[in-house]
Amino acid sequence: MKAIVTVVGKDQVGIIAGVCNTLAAENINVLDISQTVMQGFFTMMMMVDLSQCQTPFDQLDAALKHFGESRGLSIRVQREDIFDAMHKI
Amino acid sequence: MLNLSNIMDTIQMIDKQHLDIRTITMGISLLDCVSEDPRRCCDKIYDKICRRAANLVRTGDNIASEFGIPIVNKRISVTPMALVAGSCDTKNYVPFAMAMDRAAKECGVNFIGGFSALVQKGFAKGDEYLIESIPEALAFTDVVCSSVNVGSTRAGINMDAVARMGQIIKKTAYLTRESDGLGCAKLVVFCNAVEDNPFMAGAFHGVGEADSVINVGVSGPGVVYHALQKCKGQPFDVVAETVKKTAFQITRMGQMVATEASRRLDTPFGIVDLSLAPTPAVGDSVARILEEMGLATCGTHGTTAALALLNDAVKKGGVMASGHVGGLSGAFIPVSEDEGMIAAALQGTLTIDKLEAMTCVCSVGLDMIAVPGDTTAETISAIIADEAAIGMVNSKTTAVRIIPVEGKQVGDMIEMGGLLGSAPVMPVHSESSAEFIARGGRIPAPLQSLKN
Repeated sequence: MKAIVTVVGKDQVGIIAGVCNTLAAENINVLDISQTVMQGFFTMMMMVDLSQCQTPFDQLDAALKHFGESRGLSIRVQREDIFDAMHKI
Repeated sequence: MLNLSNIMDTIQMIDKQHLDIRTITMGISLLDCVSEDPRRCCDKIYDKICRRAANLVRTGDNIASEFGIPIVNKRISVTPMALVAGSCDTKNYVPFAMAMDRAAKECGVNFIGGFSALVQKGFAKGDEYLIESIPEALAFTDVVCSSVNVGSTRAGINMDAVARMGQIIKKTAYLTRESDGLGCAKLVVFCNAVEDNPFMAGAFHGVGEADSVINVGVSGPGVVYHALQKCKGQPFDVVAETVKKTAFQITRMGQMVATEASRRLDTPFGIVDLSLAPTPAVGDSVARILEEMGLATCGTHGTTAALALLNDAVKKGGVMASGHVGGLSGAFIPVSEDEGMIAAALQGTLTIDKLEAMTCVCSVGLDMIAVPGDTTAETISAIIADEAAIGMVNSKTTAVRIIPVEGKQVGDMIEMGGLLGSAPVMPVHSESSAEFIARGGRIPAPLQSLKN
């Protein structure tokens, strides 16, 4: 199962490292990363592969949110399907 | 390939523009719960609902978490209770509503619809008993919703039922007077009721439906409003196109959630209802969309045309995004549930007469309107008759959900709480319609019913 992780917040040292560490700890492989600065905010999306991840989805979401809150970042993980449905025909 | 801006668009819609799935409604047939013994019938109803919908709320919550899209309500609709209870040896149908209420609470849903009767052409035995039981059923339960279909394009209007429903609404308002007539917020009088509507209070599970089915209602007035802010001053062609594109995106999301819910619950997918359903939250209003088109206040001249465009464009955009479209599909205009409508009604620009005109082009009818407590049953019946006539002649669903609030006068506010919102008490015409309603009988079906 593929999911999209999005990170929005004030740019700072170690955002990608921190998110990737959290993902690696859950055995989640990163397939693609895209990032930019939008309206002054660091904005990143990662496409990740959850097939090897044993943690339930809501706990994974909570772990990422926990990391995000410690850095003042808004982080969420959502299944890829919702974006496909809305943006692809 | 998805790009960053698409993804951030979706997240903005959810975070800032109130995009959500308004409801996943499981329709459950109770036709196999029929029994002569009312107690046995209630037990069977309770057991079947609990068995079918045991995982509904948990599944909805899991989908919401995994896809990151709020699913606001999980609900149940059942076979019109008049059909199920009709075989029972009792005249008091309140226990059937109590059984529905218990089952709904056990499953954790926030509403259950289907304490209903279909009497567009006449009353069967069960229909009469059910209608008589409505006021007490709504007063003694918390989450049961009731509806009565009093007319259709094929059958005409049952004016005896219309007259009866005026009295039933008054009695319901009286019995629930402690909560500003909350019972009336759970009671809808329909013309051309649909059998697969996922939205409350009018949801019931039609007899032509499968044993159980998943219907999904999407929403998103805030997303449409936001999209229209980007085309200020542009011609209506651009407005219509923008609404269509937005409705397409919203509905695709609804379809995906519906497919996923259907798979996980091992229940057939029924329909997606493409409705713009407002909430009292700021930024989630249908009235503000109409105002964004260039009207100073919703209810002024031009409102009906604006609503007609909106309603049509929502359907055109949504229909290609879903495998099966059904329910009410269009724009809702519930006064108390829409922040912009409340403001317009308070200001006096939005009146019942204008709302009636708007119901000719929106998806349902006069919805969540508070009127003075001394409004007569005959006046309420006459309001129902007008709405039913609009539905009958235009081959569309119309409905009346009106609250004659005990002890309140024009200008007072009532508080329903939660999604039901608050509403100013609106004036009705004081001239009598009593002799008109007293005639009874049936208004014949119009010529457009003869399509064969």
